[in-house]
Amino acid sequence: MRVGIGLPNTIPGAEGPLLVEWARRADAGPFSTLAVLDRLAYESIEPFAALAAAAGVTKRVGLATMIAIGPLRNTALLVKQAVSVDALSGGRLTLGLAVGARLDDYETAGVEHRGRGARLSEQLATLRDGDNLGVRSDLPLLVGGMTGPAFARMARYADGYAHNGGPPRAFARAAASALAAWSDLGRPRRPLLWGQGYFALGEAEAGAAYLRDYYAFTGPFAEKIAAGNLTSARAIRDFVRGYAEAGCDELILFPTVGDVGQLDRLAEVLA
Amino acid sequence: MRVRILGAGPAGLYLAVLLRKVNPPHEVEVIERNPPDATFGWGVVFSEGTLGELRDADLETHVEVTDTFARWPTVDVRYRGRLLRSRGHAFSAIGRRRLLRILQRRALGLGAHLRFESEVTDVDALRADADLLVGADGVNSLVRRRYATEFGEQVSPQGCKYVWFGTDLVLDAFTFIFKQTEAGLVQVHAYPFDERTSTWIVECPDTTWRALGFDTMDEGESLAACETLFAEHLDGHRLLSNRSLWTSFLLVSNDTWHHRNVVLLGDAAHTAHFSIGSGTKLAMEDAIALSQAFVRHPGDVERALLDYELERQPVVERFQQAAGESAAYFTRVERYAHMDPIPFAFNLLTRSGRVTHANLAQRDPQFVRLLDAWFHGGDRSRPGALGPPPLFAPWRSGVVELRNRVVRSSAEPDHLPELARSGAGLVVAGPVAVTLEARISPGTPTLRGNEAGAAWAALVDGVHAGGAHAAVLLSHAGRRGSTRPPTHGADLPLREGGWPLIAPSPIGYAPRMPVPRAMDAGDMAAVREAFAAAARSAAGAGFDMLELDMGHGYLLASFLSPASNRRDDEYGGDLAGRLRFPMEVLASVRQSWPEDRPLAVRLNVMDGTRRGLQLGEGIAIARQLAEHGCGLVHVVAGQTVPEAARTDYRRGFLTPLADRVRAETRVPTLVGGYITTPDEANTLLGAGRADLCLLDVPETDLERELIAGPEETAAAVALA
Repeated sequence: MRVGIGLPNTIPGAEGPLLVEWARRADAGPFSTLAVLDRLAYESIEPFAALAAAAGVTKRVGLATMIAIGPLRNTALLVKQAVSVDALSGGRLTLGLAVGARLDDYETAGVEHRGRGARLSEQLATLRDGDNLGVRSDLPLLVGGMTGPAFARMARYADGYAHNGGPPRAFARAAASALAAWSDLGRPRRPLLWGQGYFALGEAEAGAAYLRDYYAFTGPFAEKIAAGNLTSARAIRDFVRGYAEAGCDELILFPTVGDVGQLDRLAEVLA
Repeated sequence: MRVRILGAGPAGLYLAVLLRKVNPPHEVEVIERNPPDATFGWGVVFSEGTLGELRDADLETHVEVTDTFARWPTVDVRYRGRLLRSRGHAFSAIGRRRLLRILQRRALGLGAHLRFESEVTDVDALRADADLLVGADGVNSLVRRRYATEFGEQVSPQGCKYVWFGTDLVLDAFTFIFKQTEAGLVQVHAYPFDERTSTWIVECPDTTWRALGFDTMDEGESLAACETLFAEHLDGHRLLSNRSLWTSFLLVSNDTWHHRNVVLLGDAAHTAHFSIGSGTKLAMEDAIALSQAFVRHPGDVERALLDYELERQPVVERFQQAAGESAAYFTRVERYAHMDPIPFAFNLLTRSGRVTHANLAQRDPQFVRLLDAWFHGGDRSRPGALGPPPLFAPWRSGVVELRNRVVRSSAEPDHLPELARSGAGLVVAGPVAVTLEARISPGTPTLRGNEAGAAWAALVDGVHAGGAHAAVLLSHAGRRGSTRPPTHGADLPLREGGWPLIAPSPIGYAPRMPVPRAMDAGDMAAVREAFAAAARSAAGAGFDMLELDMGHGYLLASFLSPASNRRDDEYGGDLAGRLRFPMEVLASVRQSWPEDRPLAVRLNVMDGTRRGLQLGEGIAIARQLAEHGCGLVHVVAGQTVPEAARTDYRRGFLTPLADRVRAETRVPTLVGGYITTPDEANTLLGAGRADLCLLDVPETDLERELIAGPEETAAAVALA
């Protein structure tokens, strides 16, 4: 299993220069991938813009959206953005897409919430089709989501599955669903399985406060997500081991505190 | 901390005990509507293990409770005049009243205040006057209803109608009795709980309940009717009533179990159907988790409640899942009433998914030996008979006898001999297209009428040399044809070199897929003849079994589904119309395929979408196929439309469907659906949920190591 790190692009107050410095250090660190989250109606930096900036100051590290909310975007522009980040990074992009979980993002974008799944499928078919937009046919695609149609969509169009976080046993359950769908759709071999978790080393309270705010829309569930924040070296090591045992191929650890010291501490824990 | 607990059941009292034990003890008051010795129901059962957690939490009550326990290791199944006994289980039970008395005494001894016969109406006032308010007030919890929105409460009836009696018959096992009546099966769950009394729960589905007139009987009448119904099993003993009224089990769940300083415990928070006997155990474990959360977070109510919920919710969800399976089993058990006693009992024991062939073999090796022997030899089995586990029992149909029940399949014909050598009984090539236009992708193998078939014959020989039988899945892709190879996705149209698609109606399958042409009479005749010719070629190539593809939205399946068949001629409309063309194809294939070789159909029994094929229709189709020469139904579902809302991918997701088809039509079934281990397969085969099992065997690190190891070592040596 490879371990990547998140870019703090959805942490309020994490400004442009911090993101660039973060990307530079991630490239030097032990991380396989630098990944971004996507949220429209929240103080954040747009994921493709963030990855474009990261592409300019990195040479090695993979870049990924984990995930970007496809249906919020015009399909041709989404494809163009992905192709551009891939080109700027010399082919280092992994594109993760899903429908997202928040109604307010759709309202803000002025996009119908209904029919989002079918629209994402159209976008995926377009990405695979290439057309004239120049998508390489082997651009790694991940699809997220926990519903039956989401797993079917992943198995139909993607190279792998992007899980939305939680303890290893939750990942293992979702991974079994992904593998079942993959086999049902008659795809050869097996899907890539990507997982994610949140961490805050040494600043547990700030991290929890961010998660409570970021996930406020889930009601009582926000507290549980905040409680799952990995706040010690031991918790991180157990989590990494648990994901590896559950068959994860790539685990992304997202920061919950926008301080570049977090990256250095995580690098030490993983070393 | 000042704690008020509403409800003096096992959960509330046990929490009171545990909160008084910590140093310094909390101030605890338990408020109960009823008097101390009023309790409804009889004994409560603990179905798993030694309850070690109770021992660690409070040794004193543990000793007293377990000293009182009735314990037994056996499950008796009384069915069709037979008594089948399975051993090696660990059940214990205690009179509910006795349990409460022990807990009351202990709580009082530790200084908790118990207020009985005290009706609470104002939950808010109670909450305002406490640091912590605990709703341990059962399935109809007042506390939960007060904050129903905040908790996200969901309450719905689950399973059969049931009534909870006692009896002065002292049983010596957990006893299931299945009694056939003119209105259907009625079953009893009974178990002893002290030296004089047993619990005796009677249940049946709602329709049976009404047909037997229980809906119009009063308490005394229904008790008398049940005594008569089970007279032979009661052996002259009486049933006892304690406000024993028929009711529906209520499934309670909540999005969250806490809100500010209020928390739910036990049945108030979650119920698990009584047929897995875990309600009291879960309630008492809740109390332990909650008290320990306050040890970890003294004075921090919110954090403690969150911790409690994080610890308990995943555990409870697993039990609720198993309990749901068990409750559903008892609503449909009528359908298994034709089964022989041994597989019937094994199906019962494995109903919730917690007992499998492998772990029952540990608990009760003799029972599993009998099952294996029955599975292998049927009624011919002799006393002391042995047999391989179900997966490795042969299967016979026509002239074909498979060496075992393992089915492997591959879309790449070259892989077939290797799958045969890996131990499968049957290897399936496919999908294999009946014409070039019937292909899914350019690389889809074909078996056409005019093909010499030498290559196929060589592959079949290779399979036979590996000890397996060979089947071919003959298919026409219909509107899912002309796509790119599945390397980077499925249902992606070819950019060049594509071919025109045909379907019942001109509706494109997935985004960017071309719109197919609606088939006319000429197209239909051509497709019928193509399937028939391919069947002749398959026979010539030596295939032992032919599987006709009516699954996954390919051509024949798309005729079956109203979501893809919108024709207004005789090939569309009602089920008979939609079935017409697939049945015509089946008839011409059956004619072209040797009579003594089995013919199977891969059938979509439901589409998972509101406008599509529903399971009832799917079962009716399976029945018709069987009447027209299909000897095996390979049960699949979904993919008729790409965005089917009711698709549920998980391990063994097709097994419940295969089970229904087999139980209702008695047609042998083949099932896949991400079954990866021999144990899963042995369990579902032994329980009669299917006859053959399509395995998805993952390649493991260990295998790679064992297979690749010596070569790599050799290479390393060579390099050195």
